[in-house]
Amino acid sequence: MSTDYTADEMMSVAAARALAGGKSCFVGIGLPSKAANLARRTHAPDLNLIYESGCLGAKPSRLPLSIGDGELADTADAVVSVPEVFNYWLQPGRIDVGFLGAAQLDKFGNINTTVIGSDYHDPKVRLPGAGGAPEIAASCGEVFVVLRQNPRAFVEKVDFVTSFGHGTGKGDRERLGLPGRGPTLVVTDLGLLRPDPETAELTLTELHPGVELDRVVAATGWKLKVAEDLKTTPAPTEQELQVLRDLEKASA
Amino acid sequence: MAELLSLEEAVARLVHDGDTVALEGFTHLIPVAAGQEIIRQRKRDLTLVRMTPDIVYDQLIGAGCARKLIFSWGGNPGVGSLHRFRDAVQHDWPVPLEIEEHSHAGMANRYVAGASGLPFAVLRGYTGTDLPAQTDTIKPITCPFTGEQLTAVPALNPDVTIVHAQRADRAGNVQMWGITGVQKEAVLAAKRSIVTVEELVDELHPRPGAVVLPSWAVTAVAEVPGGAKPSYAAGYYERDNAAYQAWDAVGRDREEFTKWLNDLTGVTA
Repeated sequence: MSTDYTADEMMSVAAARALAGGKSCFVGIGLPSKAANLARRTHAPDLNLIYESGCLGAKPSRLPLSIGDGELADTADAVVSVPEVFNYWLQPGRIDVGFLGAAQLDKFGNINTTVIGSDYHDPKVRLPGAGGAPEIAASCGEVFVVLRQNPRAFVEKVDFVTSFGHGTGKGDRERLGLPGRGPTLVVTDLGLLRPDPETAELTLTELHPGVELDRVVAATGWKLKVAEDLKTTPAPTEQELQVLRDLEKASA
Repeated sequence: MAELLSLEEAVARLVHDGDTVALEGFTHLIPVAAGQEIIRQRKRDLTLVRMTPDIVYDQLIGAGCARKLIFSWGGNPGVGSLHRFRDAVQHDWPVPLEIEEHSHAGMANRYVAGASGLPFAVLRGYTGTDLPAQTDTIKPITCPFTGEQLTAVPALNPDVTIVHAQRADRAGNVQMWGITGVQKEAVLAAKRSIVTVEELVDELHPRPGAVVLPSWAVTAVAEVPGGAKPSYAAGYYERDNAAYQAWDAVGRDREEFTKWLNDLTGVTA
């Protein structure tokens, strides 16, 4: 085992491990794309990557610079229009996993990428907006969220619900008729969180090696629940780190 | 039949102050040169439409061309935020910017309805989010057959849509390939359209998976080699990533941006 890795590398490796081969995964640019491409190069070679620009089954040789990167189109099984990717592929529930980032995430897994501040018309910070995320969060079989953990990002309640997680608790998704199971895993640079089966509140279930519990509690903007059988994430293997670094090098 | 015009003439004749204007291109084939021509001609009070407003929209907003933006994701793709867009929303600079905000699925379906000649589109979207409370063009609708609660979004019919494509022939038939996003729908939804192309050719050779817009569906075609730079044009050039990164510093600062704008428009400070 190597101990010579960064917290970001641990996060990417942990996120990649969550993806299983044979599944289809709707991938956003950035951390999700990095993790998905790492998974495809290690334990999940037949992971089916879907990008919202209309690339189905993309097999990029490097990380795409943006969603419109020709590398995605050139290596895809099919390139379809944007209306088609949302209407025919995402909406009917054909995609197993949605992999999303977030600016703010709350304790029920609701995602904000719209505005920081309580006044939509006079925001403290204007963020990029929804993109494909609301419907990805609604319609994929389940959702993995990946983001760095700090009290500004991990808030009790998001300022704006751009993408629905578990609302105010268990049962909200069913009441609204949302087809997918919602966020089932959150991967951060400090550990892993999963919704409590009874309440749907995000609960720390794994700590990354060397991370103190106090640090995770301090990085969380709500009173963090911790699983009774809190585990430690296995450190990245030499092979995982090598593949990740090669991937980043090829993409620089 | 599409007319073959210069870009300058096409923008002068087809884009008017106060128009609703869509420049589409899903991160690939972005009509950057056309957007900058709109800035040069100092068009005003535009309602700008685009699913993914990126740096050319940052430039249009910073130059004061837009009164309103209809969009679903605004950022400098792979780099960060759009600072001119942020400045307009957070500080009304240089002019206040009204926003009408959707998701990608909502915007794509609005163009589909527009292209289909229908008043609205139906999708299973937005449920549980805060978007419907802020956007008047997202409404619940009940399926008349099953009773399911769905979402309706109205058709988008821009006064003019502008897209960039790889090729056109001299009759004005347009061919584009690679990631073609929502461009076909945006052109067919519009009252008028301008297509800038990398090159005019005598004959269009078929390409698998290509989108062809027949001449009679397009108003004007303008030959603008490099018209999508610094974005991609599959078969012609890759994205100039350094230019996207460099924009971050220019867009971040009003003074730097004003210098850039003066250079573009030929105004001496």
